[in-house]
Amino acid sequence: MREGLQSCDTCGLLSRPAADEGEGRCPRCDETLEFRKPDSLQRTWAFLIAAAVCYIPANVLPVLTTTTAAGAESDTILQGVVLLWSPSGWPLSIIVLVASIMIPSAKIIALAYLLISVHRGSIRNNEQRIRLYRTVEFIGRWSMVDVFVDTFTAALIQLQPLMSVEPGPGLFFFAAVVVLTMLAVESFDPRLIWDATNMREVRYD
Amino acid sequence: MYSRVYNQPLADTSLVGCPHCDLLQRLPELAPGGSARCPRCNEELWRRREDALNRTLALTIAATVLFLVANSVPMLGLTIVGRAASTTVIGGAAHLWQDGQRIVAGLVLLTAVIAPALQIGFMFAIALGAHRERPRRWVGVLLRHHPTTRLWSMIEVMMLGVLVALIKIADYATVIPGMALFVLGVLIFLLAGIQANFDPKEVWDRIEWADTGSRRERAENRLAETQG
Repeated sequence: MREGLQSCDTCGLLSRPAADEGEGRCPRCDETLEFRKPDSLQRTWAFLIAAAVCYIPANVLPVLTTTTAAGAESDTILQGVVLLWSPSGWPLSIIVLVASIMIPSAKIIALAYLLISVHRGSIRNNEQRIRLYRTVEFIGRWSMVDVFVDTFTAALIQLQPLMSVEPGPGLFFFAAVVVLTMLAVESFDPRLIWDATNMREVRYD
Repeated sequence: MYSRVYNQPLADTSLVGCPHCDLLQRLPELAPGGSARCPRCNEELWRRREDALNRTLALTIAATVLFLVANSVPMLGLTIVGRAASTTVIGGAAHLWQDGQRIVAGLVLLTAVIAPALQIGFMFAIALGAHRERPRRWVGVLLRHHPTTRLWSMIEVMMLGVLVALIKIADYATVIPGMALFVLGVLIFLLAGIQANFDPKEVWDRIEWADTGSRRERAENRLAETQG
């Protein structure tokens, strides 16, 4: 960016914008080039705040309703974790706890930290921050586990009048949290982490 | 407004900007199997694969067959006091749809069926199209969108979800793991294998450039000017 060159996010080609034209297109793969992802911070904040809002109903509303001869019972995600906890089933309980509760909340906190540090022009811990970004990017998709668990449990247990399982309203909000945090990660431009450091280098040379 | 003007490529094509920290650097020539990382942020910039296209094509053909099988046979079944039920991947999404959870059903269909289908299909077309010495433009279009299909393709996540559901249900009923479950298990490794063997940079280096038309136009204009 400092040299006025643009590198293509898609095919990796480095190219020079035509004079007076500003940002152009990649001559190799036709991608529209931007020095940084457009409005990266605003978009990431928007997705992140939406995700944080959905996070509350996702945990308060039931994701599954089990109907048996004895009556109906609704479970939230946390209750599902508790139900899975047994002498033989505790590893599963931990998988669901990590994927459905710890990963989404850790993701929201981590992204908020990255955004705030970029806003403040922080030049510290760049390596750790980029590593944090990569970790969030890598583990985010695993939060979908609970959506699949509930989908297939509900699809399979359809034995009226004996027992049936229906998805609850919490499932929609939970899926929304997963998708919104994934979109937030995608709209964040990791190069912003380094920009404050780059500026400083300019001052020194 | 998006610009319609093409940038000028640099004379030195080994110069790149790191996608994660924008550090300007020169990519070294690599031996097959070697990889280059950014010295500042440690992002892997390029890993050169051996015989990338043929291996990718072979794995993709296998993945196509397995994907078709996985979506046409039952994945999970159960029996309880003489009654039996079974479901396929699509059946799971269809049931959510009937229960009124249409958006979630769409998301399940997207991440478990549509995105993997596109991921495998795109890769199949790319591997075939890149066999030309100078791959056509459409190969670049697919190559451009392939990472998006990969992002939303979550077969491995679904697999974990199905296993958790299976053990959960085993408390109430006898669960019968279906054929599709095993096929999906193999498919996950094939998809990882495709990812490990494919070298997008190798294809990008040979592809027909997007600005070919406009470059020819400019050359023709210059020719017309000198003649006129």
